Amino acid sequence: MAFGPFLLLALMEGLVTAAVLALAAAGLSLVFGVMRVVNVAHGEFYMLGAVLAWAVTGMIPGPAALTFLAALIIAPVLVAALAAVADGLILKRLNYDPEATIVATIGLLYILQQAALSLYGPNANPVPAPFEWRIQLPWFGYSGYKLFVVLAALAVLLALWTFLSRTRAGLIMRATQVDRMTAQAFGINVDRVYMGTFALGAGLAALAGVLVVPIQQAQYLMGHDPLLLSFIVVIIGGLGSLRGTLVAAVVIGLSDGVISMFFSPTLAKILATLLVAMVLVLRPQGLFGARA
Amino acid sequence: MALEVQGLTAGYGPVTVLRGLGFRAEAGRITCLMGRNGVGKSTFLKALMGLIPVGTGTITLDGVALQGLPAHQVPKRGLAYVPQGRRLFGPLTVAENLAVGGLVRGNDPAVLERVLDLFPRLRDRLAQVAGTLSGGEQQMLAIARALCLEPKVLLLDEPTEGLQPSIIALIQEAVVVLKGQGVAVVLVEQRVDAVLRLADRVAFMVAGRVEEVRDTRGLAADDPAFRTYVGV
Ligand SMILES: Nc1ncnc2c1ncn2[C@@H]1O[C@H](COP(=O)(O)OP(=O)(O)OP(=O)(O)O)[C@@H](O)[C@H]1O
Ligand SMILES: [Mg+2]
Repeated sequence: MAFGPFLLLALMEGLVTAAVLALAAAGLSLVFGVMRVVNVAHGEFYMLGAVLAWAVTGMIPGPAALTFLAALIIAPVLVAALAAVADGLILKRLNYDPEATIVATIGLLYILQQAALSLYGPNANPVPAPFEWRIQLPWFGYSGYKLFVVLAALAVLLALWTFLSRTRAGLIMRATQVDRMTAQAFGINVDRVYMGTFALGAGLAALAGVLVVPIQQAQYLMGHDPLLLSFIVVIIGGLGSLRGTLVAAVVIGLSDGVISMFFSPTLAKILATLLVAMVLVLRPQGLFGARA
Repeated sequence: MALEVQGLTAGYGPVTVLRGLGFRAEAGRITCLMGRNGVGKSTFLKALMGLIPVGTGTITLDGVALQGLPAHQVPKRGLAYVPQGRRLFGPLTVAENLAVGGLVRGNDPAVLERVLDLFPRLRDRLAQVAGTLSGGEQQMLAIARALCLEPKVLLLDEPTEGLQPSIIALIQEAVVVLKGQGVAVVLVEQRVDAVLRLADRVAFMVAGRVEEVRDTRGLAADDPAFRTYVGV
């Protein structure tokens, strides 16, 4: 293949990575922004989304498109419910202390991971894509499903943005993010906001996991990479900035796609980490974050 | 209608700030709180709002107990709070700040209109980010935000601190209008002239309790109470 088409392929692959990453990172950023909780277990919600998608598509009979659609709804909702329980059982009891919750979510990471290992097993299992059509370009064929992932992620992020900026619940979340105490003085039930935020963040990670599973099989250790990359994206983009998250995800995703294909995936990770270090030194609030 | 407080103790963790505080505010009256820095005026307002836990004592509004309610239920009972230093939702717009104020009242547009009539300068700035308003405008917004709640009791913590005279006059006018509408106003204020002009009654605080309550009728600017309790 000539260089041009090869680059195009790398960019398209990168865009898919970016889409999945943007969803997961948006969840992480939301949870940190509103609750000041660094959720180390975020990648496990992503893993659970993928594993549950496998379970749901296996359990429900019917055409692949239908079972996948079911998984796309059921898995994130289940994971969000689980996160809500974890919030009440763990984070709330720690009073959302920023340091204690880091340790607690590390614990949660291992609990979820080991639970997946015991219930689901160590094997990686594929989930069939909901549809099989391919886009035939002059130089290569490309999976239509991957394009769907990009569009779906965009649609979800747009919905999230609309929710945050245009709805009453979004206003309540943003007010709580700015000043928890004053929010209470205006009748906002902060405990409920936190529970909802944690559930929403986890649901976004799970959704990313469902979307990725026809491309990359479901496995109980699959949460590590998205956790690391989400942190990278959130640091570069700036915490609490949805726009920053999106831009950083595209930058990281595309460079990951291109560098992985032309050089090596390891080099891609090294450069991403280097970029994080540079951002932390030169612009700690992130490219789009407000100055603290 | 009255807000009544008896034997209130409250503080921060192990530190007790309020020590058996008694207080009373009535509808259609402005009750000022005066006292030296650190006597616990702001702490008292926070305790009223349920924002810090109270130890012993009672807070009642028309005979109904408020103490021990979760903070987010206090505004539903009719208390609104303008904190010291304003504490606006800075990154949110003026309209959004007002919408947060109106949450417990379901954001009735008629209420918003009345509030904006009281502070017309905010009307032209609804889409502006609150953090970029001038100091005076920010204070107006902080009061307007509280008024969107249509409170029975309005708690104002030094609302004219650091503002220029023309803005102070504007805010004082608004407070008088609210009094006329039957709101029980609790005003923390350090300037004697303002207190004498606005207040019906002054409660002087010393070390976490109300030491003396005076009617402002017959109270002169050179009254020894001011020197004793405020040091002016
Ligand atoms: N968050 C807090 N944690 C611990 N102590 C506090 C806290 N806030 C206030 N205090 C202490 O409580 C006491 C009363 O403070 P408060 O702010 O109520 O005083 P104030 O009368 O409002 O003073 P000022 O006139 O300066 O506003 C002070 O000794 C203060 O140091
Ligand atoms: Mg004070």
